[in-house]
Amino acid sequence: MKLLVPVTRERRIALGVAFFVGFVALWFLLTWSGAVPRHFLASPWQTLQSGWDLFATQGFVYDVGMTIWRVVGGFVLAALIGVPLGIAMGAYKPIEAFFEPFVSFARYLPASAFIPLLILWVGIGEAQKLTVIFIGCFFQLTLMVTMIVSGTRRDLVEAAYTLGCSDRGVVRRVLLPGAAPEIAEALRQVLGLGWTYIIVAELIGASSGIGHMITDSQALMATDHIIAGIVVIGLVGLTSDLLFKKANQRLFAWSFLR
Amino acid sequence: MSRLSIRHVGKTFPGLRRHAAPTEALRPVNLDIADNDFITVLGPSGCGKSTLLRLVAGLEEPSTGEILLDDAPISGPGADRGVVFQSYTLFPWLTVRQNICFGLREKGMAMAEQRDVADRFIARMGLGGFEDHYPKQLSGGMQQRVAIARALANDPKILLLDEPFGALDNQTRLLMQELLLGIWEAARTTVLFVTHDIDEAIFMANRVVVFSGRPGRIKCEVATDLPHPRHYTIKTSPEFMALKARLTEEIRVEALAAQR
Repeated sequence: MKLLVPVTRERRIALGVAFFVGFVALWFLLTWSGAVPRHFLASPWQTLQSGWDLFATQGFVYDVGMTIWRVVGGFVLAALIGVPLGIAMGAYKPIEAFFEPFVSFARYLPASAFIPLLILWVGIGEAQKLTVIFIGCFFQLTLMVTMIVSGTRRDLVEAAYTLGCSDRGVVRRVLLPGAAPEIAEALRQVLGLGWTYIIVAELIGASSGIGHMITDSQALMATDHIIAGIVVIGLVGLTSDLLFKKANQRLFAWSFLR
Repeated sequence: MSRLSIRHVGKTFPGLRRHAAPTEALRPVNLDIADNDFITVLGPSGCGKSTLLRLVAGLEEPSTGEILLDDAPISGPGADRGVVFQSYTLFPWLTVRQNICFGLREKGMAMAEQRDVADRFIARMGLGGFEDHYPKQLSGGMQQRVAIARALANDPKILLLDEPFGALDNQTRLLMQELLLGIWEAARTTVLFVTHDIDEAIFMANRVVVFSGRPGRIKCEVATDLPHPRHYTIKTSPEFMALKARLTEEIRVEALAAQR
């Protein structure tokens, strides 16, 4: 192993898969040997079976769909407001001075702590789920975008001015395109954050969704269902992450040049 | 008639911390640049020569004096003064052609016309075949060629260059000097070129302005009456050597003073 030397594509995939195989093997050993009792930890095979059962006979697709819609809905709302606000804050320092202290403060408030309040305010319907995701994503995203836009290379801004750009031209033709790949990357990370909040939101006061299924299964000690649910979350998260990454690579090919 | 007139222009930067003493970067200077002049500003590093160029570009505001371009005082940066920076400032998300067209698009020039202008500069700068490359795919010398093309495409009244070849290797640097001089000999665009390289300063200029160490001020001006077109072999001619000996002496004194 040499420092910082990249591996070939085949090797990278092989190594990545190897860890998953090792992980499942360990899981299998723990349950098969009886080291961990069945009702605490379902075996891989059992989990796979109940996963299939969830989708085939219990309409789990609906729950997964609901969860995805909530995450994406809250995330899109946060992005629609957070990205423009972050750009304005990054570009204009008085705007940053006005919002930044509050946003920094709000960022540390755990979104899950708002759930009891939100239930009081907006009930246990979809609005509550979306709001939790929104709170979880919005402040974080706004600050990330602010940082990215603030970090725009000054020499590029100066070059644009000397080429005849107005302030608006610099925002439109330098700040935005220059920050776009990093903003897209921030969105990808924040979407991942949304996934961690949705389950908490669905654990309390929900009648559908992956989190709801997991709470129900806990009451029944159905660890196989719980683990299957967790695996599905992981898979959906991984898929959305990959799609996001691919889209970024396609949209911002220039930023991936070495 | 002078194209650019720098009148009693000085610059003092406020101290970075509160109560810190302000830094006088440029002691008020006077300089007149005529149409078609190629002026090089030569001085040790930190002598305020870049500050002078940034003031002319409008990227800094002078603390004293005023700068006139065609008798009109400048305020802020504008397309009438093309700038080439020492750092690579091509827009990394734009291709070579799009970079060259950046200012033209800002002016609202028609696409076909933009293309014509870009093609002309791509040919003149020897960038053929690289039109659709991104800056990261180019060598440093090539990036600076694009940067010069981008500034010239705007058809500025004066071209300002701030040690544009400073980061290049020596061979490339010499070739770039010949390229820029060739362009000047053909188009006679007024040029203000900042450098700390004596050979570079003499080779391209018709007048070398020598700066003293901090705070910067003009120490002397030396006319370089070498015939055009200049070939690189001129650098070994007795006239060139004599100029070099003189300027070396002038700069050495300043560099020594700056060390103390």
